[in-house]
Amino acid sequence: MTEHVATNETILVVGGGISGMTAALEAAETGKNVVLVEKNPALGGRTSQLYRYFPKLCHPVCGLEINLRRLKNNPRVRVLTLAEVTGLSGGTGNYTASIRIRPRYVNENCTACGDCERAVDMKVDDPFNYNLGQHKAAFLPNAMAYPQRYVLDPAIIGTADADRAKAACKYGAIDLDMQEETIQVKAGAVVWATGWQPYDAAKIQPYGYGRFRNVITSVEFERLADIHGPTGGRILRPSDGKEAKNIAFIQCAGSRDENHLRHCSRICCMASLKQTHYVREKYPEDGKSTIYYIDIRAIDRFEDFYQKVQADPSVTFIKSKVAKITEDEHGNAVCHGVNTEGYKRYTTPHDLVVLAVGMEPSVKGINIPGHIVADSSGFIEADPANGAVFGAGCASNALDVNRAVQSATAAALRAIQVVNKVAKAEA
Amino acid sequence: MSANTALAEKYRNNFLKEIEEQVEMGDWVKMCMQCGVCSGSCPTNFQSAWEHPPQELFMMIRAGKREEVLTTTSMWNCTSCYNCIVRCPRKLPITHIMHGIAEYAHRIGKAPKMQATRFFSGLFWKNATRTGRVNELKLSMGLYFKDGLGAGIKEGMKMKDVALGLMKAKRLNPFELFGGHKCKDQKGIQAMLKKAYEIERSRKAAKMAG
Repeated sequence: MTEHVATNETILVVGGGISGMTAALEAAETGKNVVLVEKNPALGGRTSQLYRYFPKLCHPVCGLEINLRRLKNNPRVRVLTLAEVTGLSGGTGNYTASIRIRPRYVNENCTACGDCERAVDMKVDDPFNYNLGQHKAAFLPNAMAYPQRYVLDPAIIGTADADRAKAACKYGAIDLDMQEETIQVKAGAVVWATGWQPYDAAKIQPYGYGRFRNVITSVEFERLADIHGPTGGRILRPSDGKEAKNIAFIQCAGSRDENHLRHCSRICCMASLKQTHYVREKYPEDGKSTIYYIDIRAIDRFEDFYQKVQADPSVTFIKSKVAKITEDEHGNAVCHGVNTEGYKRYTTPHDLVVLAVGMEPSVKGINIPGHIVADSSGFIEADPANGAVFGAGCASNALDVNRAVQSATAAALRAIQVVNKVAKAEA
Repeated sequence: MSANTALAEKYRNNFLKEIEEQVEMGDWVKMCMQCGVCSGSCPTNFQSAWEHPPQELFMMIRAGKREEVLTTTSMWNCTSCYNCIVRCPRKLPITHIMHGIAEYAHRIGKAPKMQATRFFSGLFWKNATRTGRVNELKLSMGLYFKDGLGAGIKEGMKMKDVALGLMKAKRLNPFELFGGHKCKDQKGIQAMLKKAYEIERSRKAAKMAG
């Protein structure tokens, strides 16, 4: 990875998830210089936090691995991690971005040997596992982290643990004096790929997320199923560690709701259908899934996936949006509502309730530096008023991985067109 | 007129439009997406009291089940707790729609005559507008004797101890049965209510004619 000077023929890609990586690589592979900015210490974004993808149920490691290999082979992409764009000025063909880079306290000498991790005692919440577990304050963000370098949590700085970590490092990779810095980067076009965040389930008051420990979100469920997750891939209840075999999935938790998210988040139905496979995989004998839904929206051409799950005797579909959840004396989450097929009331206890939470843009349109046209949910619109700032992936709409990659490729093409014009004008 | 046209005319479904035009807040009915949260959130256990929960009523309206909707007792059981309005993902004013349908059914003479809520509403209105004050004794007696003399006496005996307790605490005056107290300007309040009723009636009559 060579350091190149950013000019107004450079493309700035904000966000290093699957969309940002794709946009950066597509542009770089046509010969453009790209600066890729990622807020977290490693690339991969929410995709790397999934256990499996739909529809083929392969592991995200696969798709990401291909992109990481492309990235390692491409000197035109400069990756900045722990970095956030805090300001954007200028216009088409001539942008200047302010980028704040937080200290990693680990330099490029790191070989990811893990000696520092073994040397320290302090533990901090692990955001990669949605804080379901903790990790050491000297940590590798995840198993396939790129860059493959350790990070020190800021909480460790100034403690004896920090000195122990520094002493343990054989390569002189730990630099406790690193400071936050802000740099200016020039760019001709910007691909905004800051992705999505799960809707705050605690705001859906009747569902009791945050009050009942056995009510979790769909993204947390992904981590429970993953062998790198806090339970080592066993689906256990957070309250008592009991095996959760009778699991409810509640659709439209926050989505399609004027009180929460106005839009349909598109992926949640497919995500829950996919997650019923996890239940069967982990508990082939007596695993039981119940999907509470308004209508199943198996987007794109995935109706066959839906039909296969429907044919599975371990999965029950109940056409009803759950009205409220309570907790019984055994810690079970109890779903209350009315089955609209027959209008019968139900009160059904489950070991675990998974809320298929909606997607909202991580950076809402209104918070993007510059004046960006966004819809009422904050997703970036394709609008000439945006100049050469192009939304990609889930910053532009609620998309699955497949469509996010298509969207990112389209955004890269638009950005390439802009910097080509700049190059022609300067020639 | 061909047989086809005659059949099309006969089976044309206009009930949703009728509800939209005649019922207050009725134009919201079409926004329901049948998620079932209103029914699930209803504190009235409709399996005994409600024949049809709100989202079923909305579906019946769309399906053109005019007779079933207008003659059911379901919407009369709404207690106005507003739980459904708070939770409805489409922000339908469900409580108001329930009252709107009930009022419309009553207005065109379709509402079940002896449904307790409807009966009580009529009784309350007559009771309060006569003197400008609610006569609680007459109101409760009227409700007791709704289903005949025998049932009324039985109901009255059941509540005997409560009545005696209220009398002891000076919260119930048996002489209220003869006339009772009234407001200062009885004629004035009656004229005011009559005028309001006329305005309301002419507005609704115009809608029904149009």
